[in-house]
Amino acid sequence: MEKQRYERPVIKMLESNMPNKFGLRTEYKPKTHIDNVAVKDLINEYSSPLFVISEKTIRSTYKNAKKSFTTRYPKVQFAWSYKTNYLSAICNIFHQEGSWAEVVSGFEYDKAIKNGVDGKKIIFNGPDKNEKDLTKAIKNDSLIHIDHLDELYTIIELSEKLNKKPKVAIRVNMDTGIYPMWDRFGFNYENGQAWDALNKIMRSKKLELVGLHTHIGTFMLSPQAYGTAAFKLADLAIGIQKKYDHEIKYIDMGGGFASKNTLKGSYLPGVDTSPSFDDFAETITSALINSDFKPDKLPLLILETGRALIDDAGYLLGTVISNKRLSDGKRTTIIDVGVNILFTSFWYDHKVTPAQSFTQYTEDTVLYGPLCMNIDVIRENASLPLLNKGDHVVIHHVGAYNMTQWMQFITLRPKVVMIDMDGKTHIIRENENINSITDFEKVPEYLKKFEL
Amino acid sequence: MIKIKSNIAISDTGFIFNPSNGESFSANPIGIEFFNLIKQGKPQDKIFENMLEKYNTDKNTLEKDYSDFVQTLNQFQLLDQDAEKKA
Ligand SMILES: Cc1ncc(COP(=O)(O)O)c(C=O)c1O
Repeated sequence: MEKQRYERPVIKMLESNMPNKFGLRTEYKPKTHIDNVAVKDLINEYSSPLFVISEKTIRSTYKNAKKSFTTRYPKVQFAWSYKTNYLSAICNIFHQEGSWAEVVSGFEYDKAIKNGVDGKKIIFNGPDKNEKDLTKAIKNDSLIHIDHLDELYTIIELSEKLNKKPKVAIRVNMDTGIYPMWDRFGFNYENGQAWDALNKIMRSKKLELVGLHTHIGTFMLSPQAYGTAAFKLADLAIGIQKKYDHEIKYIDMGGGFASKNTLKGSYLPGVDTSPSFDDFAETITSALINSDFKPDKLPLLILETGRALIDDAGYLLGTVISNKRLSDGKRTTIIDVGVNILFTSFWYDHKVTPAQSFTQYTEDTVLYGPLCMNIDVIRENASLPLLNKGDHVVIHHVGAYNMTQWMQFITLRPKVVMIDMDGKTHIIRENENINSITDFEKVPEYLKKFEL
Repeated sequence: MIKIKSNIAISDTGFIFNPSNGESFSANPIGIEFFNLIKQGKPQDKIFENMLEKYNTDKNTLEKDYSDFVQTLNQFQLLDQDAEKKA
């Protein structure tokens, strides 16, 4: 007779049916496969933990976002936000779909060039662009989004030196009714800084003002804030048209759309509360269409959407190391996924699903990572099915910011594999090994020997 | 010898009621089996034998889960403390 699947014995005190701080249980089905590839096979072949990217989900999410905007507005261009995930395979999927590149450092700029992006289709954002970076960007006709006056003056100087007219935009910050206001980047709309910078650019005659840019925040749950932002940028563009008879070619609304993750402290899961691409598209495009632009003179609309385009396509697979109890009897489960590779667990209550079948029984559990550090908590409270040592779990919506902000800390960073459109898997980043770390170290000769 | 208080019973669905303080509990199927085997006064070794025949698991896991389960019973005041002292 075949033996039955074993499950931990549990006994729970029954309390009133009020939802408690562990939240409502949402994980009713195991996640055994990703794009028809078994999680178990992925871990057997590539080991645990493991990041898995679905190419199918990236392409369908992108197409969905693009459709939301192109069905409402004549000229739309996405630029892939490199910092969100700059693994080259992922950038190139977006470039194949037609995305330009949006970068915020010399390193990211070089990566976009190396990936084969035409310099004219690179948007260069950020407060830290040195002369070397700017020289490159000017020579390549890249779109330089100026963050502060020091940068503006440097670009004017370089334009004289290089005898070239750099293509520039300014980043504008503004009150959109959202708290906190991201006013540390760019020039403020309300207090006249933005106009001051625009006047300096126009009067210098050394720079070509091609666009206006804003990025009002990240994980924005309010489409209306984008409507306000689009209205204010349109107002600046129309003002420039009037004052200098100069046409702005594009309005860049930045990124910031919320993904389907659940922010810590929210009562309802993000899947149910995050606005859709249609919601954001509707407010942005109506604001532009209803502004004073002539219908045949609408500027190109650029979007630098990051997390909302990639979060859903990323999974992190892990394995249960142990089940324990805290001194007060509280259940804890240790998995091999730590905050060093799942940086976003500081912001989100990530959805965690077992990768094998389970019964309807659950336990309120604290989910710990493997690091010998108190901060290593993946979920402070999760109502989870009963997991055994060696069981696998799938952590959802991890495609954004983890594979760029991860840390080599205590453990080495794992492999990233991608499942292509035909269900074939490819390693798109190798796991680190000890040499990945020690190769960069230098030990002075006299420290090479010791006796214990 | 671990003993569950004599006035405490478990239903087939795993519902447990403690008449002395009105608290109720629920157990999963494996929890029910452990509960019943302990209630019947089966020694630990026999309990493991029983479980190993039926389930795909090993002795180490059972030992660990058994002691965790007994600790929880104790925490919920479902064990007969006197019986333990006498033993
Ligand atoms: C200038 C700029 N554009 C785009 C993004 C992407 O933002 P998100 O991932 O929130 O869409 C960011 C992220 O902070 C940014 O700073």
